[in-house]
Amino acid sequence: MHILKILTSSFKFMLGFIILILILSFTLLYPLMNDADPFAPVGAAFEPPSAEHLVGTDNFGRDVLLSLAHGTRTSLIVGVLAGAIATVIGLGLGLFAGYKGGIIDEILMAFANMFTVIPPFIILILISVSIQTRSIWMTAAVIGITTWPWTARAVRAQAVSLRERDHINIARLSGFSTWRIILQEVLPYIMSYVFMCYVIQISTGILSESGVSLLGLGPLNTVSLGILLNWAILFEAPVAGAWWTFVPAAMTVAFTTFSLYLMQLGMDEIFNPKLRS
Amino acid sequence: MKGYRRYFTKKLMWYLLTLIVAILFNFMLPRMITGNPVDQIVKRITVGMHDTDNIKATYETFYKEYNLDKPMYQQFFIYVGDVLQGDLGTSFSMYPKKVSDILKRAIPWTVAIQLPAIIVGWVLGNVLGAIAAYKKGIFDKVIFPITLFISSIPFFVLSILLLYGFGVALEWFPVGGAYNRTLIPGPYWAFYKSVLQHHFLPFASIALIMLGGQGIGMREMALYELSADYVKYSKMMGIRESKIVKYVFKNAALPQVTGLAISLGTMIAGALVTEIVFNYPGLGLTMFKALRALDYPMISACTLLITITVLLANFFVDVLYGFLDPRIKANQIEES
Repeated sequence: MHILKILTSSFKFMLGFIILILILSFTLLYPLMNDADPFAPVGAAFEPPSAEHLVGTDNFGRDVLLSLAHGTRTSLIVGVLAGAIATVIGLGLGLFAGYKGGIIDEILMAFANMFTVIPPFIILILISVSIQTRSIWMTAAVIGITTWPWTARAVRAQAVSLRERDHINIARLSGFSTWRIILQEVLPYIMSYVFMCYVIQISTGILSESGVSLLGLGPLNTVSLGILLNWAILFEAPVAGAWWTFVPAAMTVAFTTFSLYLMQLGMDEIFNPKLRS
Repeated sequence: MKGYRRYFTKKLMWYLLTLIVAILFNFMLPRMITGNPVDQIVKRITVGMHDTDNIKATYETFYKEYNLDKPMYQQFFIYVGDVLQGDLGTSFSMYPKKVSDILKRAIPWTVAIQLPAIIVGWVLGNVLGAIAAYKKGIFDKVIFPITLFISSIPFFVLSILLLYGFGVALEWFPVGGAYNRTLIPGPYWAFYKSVLQHHFLPFASIALIMLGGQGIGMREMALYELSADYVKYSKMMGIRESKIVKYVFKNAALPQVTGLAISLGTMIAGALVTEIVFNYPGLGLTMFKALRALDYPMISACTLLITITVLLANFFVDVLYGFLDPRIKANQIEES
């Protein structure tokens, strides 16, 4: 509760949080008010915004606002899942490498470094091309397994700095097992940090999803923010002047990642007193 | 110098290993697809063909051409050998054009967009970030939050917004392509002008995001340096302010070089999407078309090329960093 109180006093965190809540409530509530099929055409192609279709229609005459609500939900689900996968893998490996040190550490970190130097987005493209049945879950999993090295590196650095603390030495002398020390003595110290990494990974997940979907490699049989942008580009909406088909989707991506980024900045200032001004 | 050589060799070995892994990825992934890519291309080519012998012959030709009749490990060595000779195979979708020929035309456009954008963005971002940290006031209060927002926008979003805003709505710039289609490429003024006009928006969208990211990093670093003891001491000594700023800038810029190295991969890959938005005939657009046509040799050539570029750029930054930062040299000497 104490943490919550401090968090609410951070302007950056609250601003990000409010933007995120607004986006979330739109994606959750709008489909309740308009339970039509987002794939069903409701008008002519590229109809500009009107009272009937608040954000107009797209190239197939589908309602953009409805696609946007469903698309944002898909993107958020992918982001949250991909972020969770990346965080779990990165946290496990990072903690182990950082605490153990030695040759295991070197191998794990060389591996993690390798997959930061080879652009994750490229690996993402290669894997996505190779998978023919791409569901939302599959896309999230693929994104997660391409983005974990960043978390692993960040967590490792934290674990290394904790390794030689007294309470950990005592735990070691008391004969605790490695995993018990890692879980009970190291992890609690970096929980807030890990949570911040998770927030960043959610936003990376959303960005990766929209990037890869924009290339036409996104999840199939669904709509996401990236898929909306992909349609807009494929059907030359920008040249046709149909801004309503892509500006809202693009801005939703931007505001979602921005809100997560703001929340992370706010948390960073709280949990990392050095940054407080 | 001995310490540096050690550092250099170590880095070189490491990057070579990474390169091998990258090549392995490029080789393996498209080949793990159920069925083989040749089925797809033959299906496309033989549409309308009724003679089964003919279809079979076509199939076998392709099968041989892609060496699918040989075991996997042999395929890999053939692949590596071909890549080393600059032979990236034959395109599926633009058969029988060579992939390397198609890429040769695309690369200069990508370089022309990305290189200046990254350099301009990096330099301007760092200068502005340092000013924001030092001057505070309007720079810090107004421009910083805006930059924060811009830098958190993904590339393609900014590209789409710029394309629509300045291209379609205001009509200040052309909406796509690399030059006016009615012009014949050649060394004359009207053509250059058209190229520059088409160049500006994609260039700006990459440069702006680069600028934002670097500016924020630099501001943080400079704030940290400004509170360091040597700054207070220099001030007390009465050293000219411009000189102190120079020290601060120099110290804060070093980590920014590493920052550049780390972000380079994401940068280059992300900026490729910009080309797709602007229909700019570089690597990104080529890859987009290849992805849509499931043109595997082309896709893997694009990804390989991008990976190698990023590796080279990273290696270059690492080598440069070893020169710039005396601490690394000192470390290496200690170790040896």
